Amino acid sequence: MVKDLRPNKGKFSADLLAILRDWQLYLMMLLPLAFYVLFCYKPMVGVLIGFQKFNPVGGMWKSNWIGLENFRFVMKMPDFPVALGNTLLLNFMGLIAGFPIPIILAILLNEIKSSKVKRTSQTLLYLPHFLSWVIIGGMVLQIFAPTTGVVNATLLKWGWIDENIPFLTEGWPWRITYTLVGVWQSMGWGTILYLSAITGINMELFEAARIDGANKLQQIWHVTLPGIRSTIVVLLILNVGQMMNISFDRPYIMGNTRVQAYCDVLSTFVYRAGITNAQFARATAIGLFQSVVGLIMVSSANFVTKRLGEDGIW
Amino acid sequence: MSTKKEMAVPHMGKEKSIWTFPQIVLVIVILMVSMLCLLPFVNVIATSLSSKSAILRGDVGFWPVETTTIAYEAIFRDNSMWHSLWYTVLITVGYTALAMLLTILMAYPLTKKRLRGRRFFNLMALFTMYFSGGTIPIYLNVKEFGLLDTPWALIIPGVLSTYNMIILKSFFTSIPESLEEAATIDGANDFQILIRVYLPLSLASIATLTLFYAVGKWNSFQDALYYITKKDLQPLQLKLYNLIKGSQSVDLTAIEGGASTVATNISESIESATIIFATLPILVVYPFVQRYFVSGVTIGAVKG
Repeated sequence: MVKDLRPNKGKFSADLLAILRDWQLYLMMLLPLAFYVLFCYKPMVGVLIGFQKFNPVGGMWKSNWIGLENFRFVMKMPDFPVALGNTLLLNFMGLIAGFPIPIILAILLNEIKSSKVKRTSQTLLYLPHFLSWVIIGGMVLQIFAPTTGVVNATLLKWGWIDENIPFLTEGWPWRITYTLVGVWQSMGWGTILYLSAITGINMELFEAARIDGANKLQQIWHVTLPGIRSTIVVLLILNVGQMMNISFDRPYIMGNTRVQAYCDVLSTFVYRAGITNAQFARATAIGLFQSVVGLIMVSSANFVTKRLGEDGIW
Repeated sequence: MSTKKEMAVPHMGKEKSIWTFPQIVLVIVILMVSMLCLLPFVNVIATSLSSKSAILRGDVGFWPVETTTIAYEAIFRDNSMWHSLWYTVLITVGYTALAMLLTILMAYPLTKKRLRGRRFFNLMALFTMYFSGGTIPIYLNVKEFGLLDTPWALIIPGVLSTYNMIILKSFFTSIPESLEEAATIDGANDFQILIRVYLPLSLASIATLTLFYAVGKWNSFQDALYYITKKDLQPLQLKLYNLIKGSQSVDLTAIEGGASTVATNISESIESATIIFATLPILVVYPFVQRYFVSGVTIGAVKG
């Protein structure tokens, strides 16, 4: 307040006084800021080794600069386009299969009048979100196993199939299994944002639609869906912006050597090159490429969201 | 929420019972989808309680066949399993406590408009959500600090989640400033205001975030795989993964037709029992804490 009355001249001393006055607040932030600097920003400087011939003994400061050599090398590795393609394809399949389902589920859940049924089904639907991928992967491995797995065993018993479906051991079946398991894991949790958006719709709109003679389906089409339109648009754009990013756990755990050409994605490729094979500089180059493209995509997604008149993410 | 509102409005009188035909169909559909989320567990539990021969014949569906608890006995006799469980609990508790401390300490000052440099600190935190050093620089950083193969590698590198910090910050912002002013007049300093005024009012959010952190750590696998090679420092998820991976190679040779019965005898039932063993803590806590999670997600999405 003092600052506003006195332009420029006293600003510095006013700031200084304010900082001294709030020393306890700064003291509080000391530990978290140390974390940000040492464990978030320091590794960001570390991306520079992507431009070096990295010397593991001397570290970053004693390594030689080689420009874009690592990037060139990595782009020529046969695994790179495979991993990049798989990343985009698996994300795309996940988006197509996984995006509409939470919307439909949320609308259905919202129409349920019995709050007991609603609560019970929500409890069950959210459950998979809380399981680790190791656990889900273990379950998938069992359930879709040939002969002993419940899916193959049942289908064989009923005579629907003559031989095992290779859910986890052949390319396309693996991709589809991977996608559907992802849908299974996230569909319930994904309803939360839509449900809260639906709750935010003015009840009078439903009332008005009812009076105008709209049936349930027409109410959903003309009131509910337009009411959650902005949520849908924002989430869709954000999802598209995330196309380059893929988690590590799911592809790594669900993958196996027989579908190596289908399950190898950027995150697992970086792990293999960097940590397993200690090719630090090259793996950093891949990671940096991914981060930069990812950041550009998220920023453009945010830009598009704002242009459409929605609230962006920043 | 909406159901309550709808019920409060008296309808034209024909909807005395909520169980109209479309409602019944809807409920059946939703319950079937919900069961889909539960059935895999039922199958894994059934497998864990079935005999090896029944599993190998593919007889086990959603009920144990030739019931036996031998798999659980094997796990309970395995000391390394208990060690791993206890160790994972310790890591989770330690991590969660530290993470909450840092989250509170970062979120609170950032809600104060009078704080000089607030914008800068805010941006500094936010930026880490969109850009990071990436796997390898982070790995090398952990290595430089000498944390590889220590429990600290599982605790420190992810000890503050900016996302959670923002959730807490938005909650702190909703607390009226007049409370702080009153406390200041009474002579309280910033630490006292945080501890005596803000924290008691934010217990629900703090519970939510504690659970976010705890579940995240309990389930985390990647950091253990990257940073831990010593067997007795492996948390439960990594141990479980190694177990599953071991039997996976058995499964794959079985397809190629080269399986020995001995190899197959390590059997799915032990694997299933371990899966249940590792999930149990979450399944026990889950029903009680579910509602906290939901409120957390909504706040995070609105304010994030």
